[in-house]
Amino acid sequence: MERKPHEAGFAPEQYELAEMPSYSFTMNRRNFFGILGSGIAITFAAVNSSFGLSADGLPEDQIGAWLHIGEDGAVTIYSGKAEVGQNIRTSLAQVVAEELGVPMEKITMILGDTTLTPYDRGTFGSRSTPYMGPQLRKAAASARELILDLAATEWKTERSLLSINDGNVMNRDTKQAANIGKIVKGKQLVQGVDEKVALKKIDDWKIAGTSVKKVNGESFVTGRHKYVSDMKLPGMLYGKILRAPAYGATLVSADTSSAKKMTGVVVVYDGNFIGVAASDLSTANKALQSIKAEWKFEPQPSRKEIFDHLRKKSTTDDRAKKSGDVSAAFSNAEVRAGQTFNVDYIAHVPLEPRAGVAQWEGGKLTVWTGTQRPFGVQEDLAEVFQMPKQNIRVIQPDTGSGYGGKHTGEAGIEAARLAKEAGKPVKVVWTREEEFTWAYFRPAGVIDVKAGADKNGILTAWEFHNYNSGGSGIETPYEVKNTLIQFHPSDSPLRQGSYRGLAATANNFARESIMDDLAAELKIDPLEFRLKNLSEQRMKDVLEAAAKAFAWGAKPEKDHGFGIACGEEKGSYVAACAEIVFDRNENDVKVLRAAVAFECGGIINPNHLENQIMGSIVQGLGGALFEWIDFKDGKILNPKFSAYRVPRFGDVPKLEIVMLNRKDLAPAGAGETPIIGIAPAVRNAIANATGKRLYTLPLVPQGLEV
Amino acid sequence: MDLVINKKKYSVNVTPEDTLLNVLRNDLDLTGTKYGCGEGSCGACTVLINGVAIRSCITKATSVEGKDITTIEGLAGNGKLHPVQQAFLDVDVFQCSYCASGMVMSTVSLLKKKPEPTEEEIITGMQGNVCRCGTYPRIIRGIHEAVKIQKS
Repeated sequence: MERKPHEAGFAPEQYELAEMPSYSFTMNRRNFFGILGSGIAITFAAVNSSFGLSADGLPEDQIGAWLHIGEDGAVTIYSGKAEVGQNIRTSLAQVVAEELGVPMEKITMILGDTTLTPYDRGTFGSRSTPYMGPQLRKAAASARELILDLAATEWKTERSLLSINDGNVMNRDTKQAANIGKIVKGKQLVQGVDEKVALKKIDDWKIAGTSVKKVNGESFVTGRHKYVSDMKLPGMLYGKILRAPAYGATLVSADTSSAKKMTGVVVVYDGNFIGVAASDLSTANKALQSIKAEWKFEPQPSRKEIFDHLRKKSTTDDRAKKSGDVSAAFSNAEVRAGQTFNVDYIAHVPLEPRAGVAQWEGGKLTVWTGTQRPFGVQEDLAEVFQMPKQNIRVIQPDTGSGYGGKHTGEAGIEAARLAKEAGKPVKVVWTREEEFTWAYFRPAGVIDVKAGADKNGILTAWEFHNYNSGGSGIETPYEVKNTLIQFHPSDSPLRQGSYRGLAATANNFARESIMDDLAAELKIDPLEFRLKNLSEQRMKDVLEAAAKAFAWGAKPEKDHGFGIACGEEKGSYVAACAEIVFDRNENDVKVLRAAVAFECGGIINPNHLENQIMGSIVQGLGGALFEWIDFKDGKILNPKFSAYRVPRFGDVPKLEIVMLNRKDLAPAGAGETPIIGIAPAVRNAIANATGKRLYTLPLVPQGLEV
Repeated sequence: MDLVINKKKYSVNVTPEDTLLNVLRNDLDLTGTKYGCGEGSCGACTVLINGVAIRSCITKATSVEGKDITTIEGLAGNGKLHPVQQAFLDVDVFQCSYCASGMVMSTVSLLKKKPEPTEEEIITGMQGNVCRCGTYPRIIRGIHEAVKIQKS
């Protein structure tokens, strides 16, 4: 079998957007209502009169979704988005409940199912809230208007007297009322979304904008929710895959004869794929261990030479952003700073490793897998098995997190290959070591920055080159006349791809570190220096809010330091202040407290937003302080929890989170941007405490030598 | 061999190398207990043995024969959630929730030893449980909430 990982050295942003949209809708009107029962349905697809749903040519940024209202008043929403812990199952339902005027419990969200939901490119890039959210609001509002039309006709009354509240249509004058289910009874109406429909003002929100609890929360605290790794189908086998001993190793030959002799063991040796399946996991493991494989090794760069390697192998992206004359401005600057930053590979470490269950039935394939891109996995399967997408269904049950790390569907593809051979369903769950080694990493990178300012603290020159880690957040939010900003793709020896916030973490880290270096040279307060060079009011607002919550301006105690940083990405703004203490005896840095201000437009669910910000800070602290992937000769040297340190209870500082609610602005995504402020804030606090200016991520994986 | 899980007796065929985690999940379909690391370092597989939290991924099934095993499935009773489950739900702690079972079980064990733990005791007691989504401050809030529920 030809494996088709997305590892061809894409820069992460290109990687995220590499998948072209396509459409495969297998449901027509008759079976739609056949399955769901009569009622009304709202769709985004350009519906033709016959409802054949020839939605080819759906614009790239158009997200399909369905909304169905049944005769019992139940509202079902179909969206191809994936729930991986960001709680969109709750927040998207909230905006629908709000626009439609129905209680939350009446809403069911069907997510991530290639047969039931319309095409969606994937859940990444903080797009669910700003793109899917408004679409669902419009769909719900369109449904609301349609129901009001129907009620007005039926009741022979003035439509303007009617409104929907708590799931009931009511006539303001006569008090005549009926559940919306009653209004749609016996209908089979389909209507496209009205793009111009009036939406409720964020100021008037009663359900959206409030802290509705995670909708299926109880199934998680009781352990009832079935993640893919928990699934069990009748007759299901457990699969294991033979992995290469190192990156760059290719299979020369293998002897699978002992495995084949084991009772009930299915062996697949197809191209460079070798896998086994058995009715219990320990037999599968024994079968795998019995395989003798010969590998050919290629020399691979190790961690100690990775930064030279990335620079050496880089090419120049022609999308450089230039203005003025940066080299002249740098030479003429009264104050200068120039540094090279090194950023290590880190791992997502989703607590649920990759898992897939596959079942073939009469030439049709169903795969359950924890992925952020169910439709992408469907395309991968179609290519791998050379079969039409219509015969493949990918289902993504709520998944044990992703953080950008589950755009692929390896475990599902592997399970499908084994299931095809076995003629029975097969489950493949990656071990932690497999997840650490063969998932993909946040890219390592090298960043060169040269910056200059005049003696009044006005930036005059800004040159910024990022090698390999990516172009997200590469631009500076500060006003500078002379700039050269460039991303240089390179050759990554390890698999790399998206990670929460993409390269914005690395780029923001480098930029905000240099800003502090300049402020120190200028002897200007770092907050004042930033405000002086910013024109974007939203950025100034978060900076000032974080500074206020932190009580910025006070003097730290001995061996303590304060740091500040800010950033913008994907339409939302973050600023972070941090206090660290340096333990001179242990050479250890501890982050004591942080104040983080975040603004992402109007807030849909304050409690869940705060949770996302908090999670971003905590996860960001890992990459800031100690997370790194160590590797040598193609082998990952720390592929386990006991060797790869992730933040734990004891690593969490005292947190103060300030959420600025801009009800005048459309909601933006919030799962990523809050991660980008903490690393530079901590770095600047370390410099403030010790005088030591660090230029690496992680900052202090082995403590700090001063 | 017989295992007593959630006060119920199960007859299982196990080999000496089978971990309790695999027996629970694969043989008995008690999948609330999760695999996270396989080396006792993340806490996702936490269950109680005679009321004390242990890591089922590094515990041999044969070693707990005849002991009182409690998994997440055995906490709620008579249609009522365990106070720790209720507290975590009330505080709306989780994101992806894959760590939830382990967090709940570790908390139950912690509160048994220390019914009113200090912040420091919570951190020490829970240090072996990883929430990669980073909801730790909420879990701590949830534990305080559970203390309140248990007292009332």
